[in-house]
Amino acid sequence: MAGELVLLDFWPSMFGMRTKMALAEKGVSYEYIETDPWTKTPLLIEMNPIHKKIPVLIHKGKPICESLIQLEYIDEVWSDTYPILPSDPYQKAQARFWADFIDKKLYDPAWKIWGTKGEDQVAAKKELIEHFKTLETELGDKTYYGGEVFGFLDIALMGYYSWFKAMEKFGEFSFETEFPKLTEWTKRCLERESVVKALADSDKIIEYAYALRKKFGAE
Amino acid sequence: MVTGDVKLIGSWASVFVMRARIALNLKSISYEFLQETYGTKSELLLKSNPVHKKMPVLIHADKPVCESNIIVQYIDEAWSSYGPSILPSQPYDRAIARFWAAYVDDKWFIALRSILTARGEEEKKAAIAEVEERTDHLEKAFIDCSNGKPFFNGDHIGYLDIALGSFLGWWRVVELDANHILLDETKTPSLFKWAERFCNDPAVKPLMPETTKLAEFARKLFPKPQA
Repeated sequence: MAGELVLLDFWPSMFGMRTKMALAEKGVSYEYIETDPWTKTPLLIEMNPIHKKIPVLIHKGKPICESLIQLEYIDEVWSDTYPILPSDPYQKAQARFWADFIDKKLYDPAWKIWGTKGEDQVAAKKELIEHFKTLETELGDKTYYGGEVFGFLDIALMGYYSWFKAMEKFGEFSFETEFPKLTEWTKRCLERESVVKALADSDKIIEYAYALRKKFGAE
Repeated sequence: MVTGDVKLIGSWASVFVMRARIALNLKSISYEFLQETYGTKSELLLKSNPVHKKMPVLIHADKPVCESNIIVQYIDEAWSSYGPSILPSQPYDRAIARFWAAYVDDKWFIALRSILTARGEEEKKAAIAEVEERTDHLEKAFIDCSNGKPFFNGDHIGYLDIALGSFLGWWRVVELDANHILLDETKTPSLFKWAERFCNDPAVKPLMPETTKLAEFARKLFPKPQA
């Protein structure tokens, strides 16, 4: 099996963390290649010529790009172990809808919270909080987004978890105060080895965010 | 498989609505089409899609499904024993189809739309160049995916054909508006021929809007600034 599965990823990437969680849930081993997307390595360009971004999952030499697409691929290929997506078509559609919501709505304001200052940052914080509130309402009183079962949508959102502390710090708000139900949900997810092993250290992420702020002129 | 009535909230002019309708046609599903009035959003739309307040919304046995590509996948899965498969059968081919469908929406469509919203010749030229570059990527994707067959999905139209092909009406409208060919027989010959086959598919033909009618609608949606 050696060399059959390779993951090109960058340690702070919330998207790479999703893929790592999914692979761990399936108990699949793979070779991890640390790839800085700011310096485009020849392998990255070869495997993701269109976007030149990580994560890239390479299975038997063939690349699969985009984290949510990777999650579906992993679930379909290793279908005999822990299911990531629900089997019911309607539940699947709901999981896909909310994962799409997360990527469409969270990513930009999350970036702006550490990447900008002043009015832009304030607007980003307001937007981010609004979207997290929507996600908390969607969770409701469920154990996981998947119901009783940790799955696709839980992974999609927990991918961002390492960055929550950075959002709190730069946005000057408390995740626990603003989103008590989401906070409880994160604690349940953190009981899973697949999640804990995939996540980056939150303080290292804050250091990295500072470096990005300098790079983009927000410091 | 859940039985139950099927409704689709949409508009004749919407690319995204067309995707859902093509998928329903492929599966021979009868449905009630609830045409939205331009400029307003119906109560049913707002209730069924409170998050984005956008069409299309598929309502199957009173349960709403939103986002066109998600609706197409839902139709394929909920009526899996009806008609041809819309997604490819192999996981890798499915991943590739999903990748390019996302590219169509996130990169190609954005560039196409920016031709219509461009202010001045310089902006328009830049937007056209971007569309040409991205269409070129799609030409290569077609050659890779189709493997010598007539459609991205092989012998029958599928997910990626629907994702891109639904734009063909608007593609022509933007060509007219820009006075510039955007689906070039010599530059992207495979896509050019595919486009004709796609439009002639029985699941597509009754749905593709007339170019002049769509161009008139486009003028309402993208008014030109007064000279």
